[in-house]
Amino acid sequence: MFTGFMINAWATATIVAIVAGVVGYFVVLRGAAFPAHAIPKGAFAGAAGAALLGINTLIGLAVFSLLGALAIGTLGRRGRQDVVTALALVLMLALGAAFLSLTTQYEPEIYSLLFGQILGVSTTQILPIAALGAVCIAAIAILYRPLMLSSIVPEIAETNGIRSYRIQIAFLIVVALATTMTVPVTGALLIFSLMIGPPAAARSFTSRPLLAMALSVAIALVTVWAAIAASYLVNWPIGFFVGTLAALSYGTGRGWATWRRTHTGPRPATALPRQPATDHA
Amino acid sequence: MHQLYTAVFEPGFFASAQVHVAAAIGGIVAVVSAVVGVFTVMRGQSFAGHALGDVSAAGGSGALLIGLTPLAGFVGAGIAGAGMMDMIGVQRLRGRDLATGIVLGAAIGGSALFLYLGTTTGTATGATQQILFGSIFTTTPGTVTAVAALGALALASIATIARPLLLATLSTDIAAARGAPVRLVGLGFMLALAVSVALSSLAIGALLSTALLIGPAAAALRLTKTLPGALATACLTGVAATWLGILLAYDSYYWGPGHHSLPVSFFIVAIIFATYLASGLRAARRQAAVPVAAAADRDRIAA
Repeated sequence: MFTGFMINAWATATIVAIVAGVVGYFVVLRGAAFPAHAIPKGAFAGAAGAALLGINTLIGLAVFSLLGALAIGTLGRRGRQDVVTALALVLMLALGAAFLSLTTQYEPEIYSLLFGQILGVSTTQILPIAALGAVCIAAIAILYRPLMLSSIVPEIAETNGIRSYRIQIAFLIVVALATTMTVPVTGALLIFSLMIGPPAAARSFTSRPLLAMALSVAIALVTVWAAIAASYLVNWPIGFFVGTLAALSYGTGRGWATWRRTHTGPRPATALPRQPATDHA
Repeated sequence: MHQLYTAVFEPGFFASAQVHVAAAIGGIVAVVSAVVGVFTVMRGQSFAGHALGDVSAAGGSGALLIGLTPLAGFVGAGIAGAGMMDMIGVQRLRGRDLATGIVLGAAIGGSALFLYLGTTTGTATGATQQILFGSIFTTTPGTVTAVAALGALALASIATIARPLLLATLSTDIAAARGAPVRLVGLGFMLALAVSVALSSLAIGALLSTALLIGPAAAALRLTKTLPGALATACLTGVAATWLGILLAYDSYYWGPGHHSLPVSFFIVAIIFATYLASGLRAARRQAAVPVAAAADRDRIAA
């Protein structure tokens, strides 16, 4: 389990889990689950386009995920965010369908682009993934304060001169970068599970941002490691284990939060106020 | 004149049985999706509307494995998914977003397993592509009846709860104060959405299902100010886009020298996206003319 090609799988999964845990914390905080689903899924069309033109898959993925992020960000200024995300996603998928109809794409390749092929990562793939991952973490570190402020209290962020529109675009670009690096290994659909389940679970355990982020990374790591081990032993697709474990971790977090509420009374005031309960996100 | 006619409708378009079935199913699904979609967009549940397509597709591939009909799998998983989203999600937009994401993530994991098991036992050729995009040209005439019946069921449920649903959509607080069962109405809507999305993703694929649910409704809500107006505009836009898309896909076979037709979903989505962008231009112009009234109006519709 720890020899040869498996070493690459463990290393890649670790990088992916760290990035997903950190970026995903803000995805959950900002209520950006739909863009986090749409960008990787739509970027898949870029891979099909790259296959059609005969260029590197990573370039296709990067172009489409960035275009998707920009489309969601700019159109979302005028229209409703969720509507714009849905339409950007279907447009990208429709282009993907058109590309695929023009090539004779091989079915297993589509499957692996959607669901990942982490067990087939080559040593040369690890370096670019690590580099892009470092860029994502660095971008989050630089954006940390304005991103945090505009995610939690957008109105106060605006009065402090933080343009939420710019923050939104910057954040979506980070999601797009994370997507580009992870789609070839984890698949377009699984990175989404990792970006939602572990951070949401972490937020049930603590409301302190840095601690929650660390916990989110830890849960994501446990999830992918357990998924690789299980996938290796049972020979079922890793995606099944990642999806199930991510949902399970969220369920555990919710259960814990409920248990603590009923056993220790009302929760003490937290350092950061939660998003007010309105439908105007 | 005849030349123009044959340039628009390539030979055999009206005689093709495939085209008849596609036009019938596409038309029914477009109308049901448009009506459900208007409420979906107003309630800000586009993500759930899209996710339920993937969830029901997971059910479809699971049903194939254990020997059930795909229809049972699609509708069953859609309803179960909608129920779970409603159970997990609190009434806030962000909680709903997260609940949708969790259910979607788990369903995708299930899809990965079912497709893998299906492919290794050698029954699900082209299943991944079918689930990603679907195809309107491969549906059989037999599906038309099931699609029409389930579509009527979804529309009837929406009509039954229309008044409290609209009230709860525009203002949860006022609806609750008036004694409307907000929570129950929300669940009822989710179930109607699940049935509608399940049947559309079975009949025309997850991709077109989302496009027809969100696009026409979103464009209509930017163009008209009343609910009946929005419903009518959305239905017309959806049906027109579907039929025009089918025509263009049919014609595209004759365009290039290679005789290679482009997928119908590509044309329908392109038309819908263009319509949405155009509706934005009109809404922006109207807003520039009467900024205060238009803004108040937009808030009222989008609340």
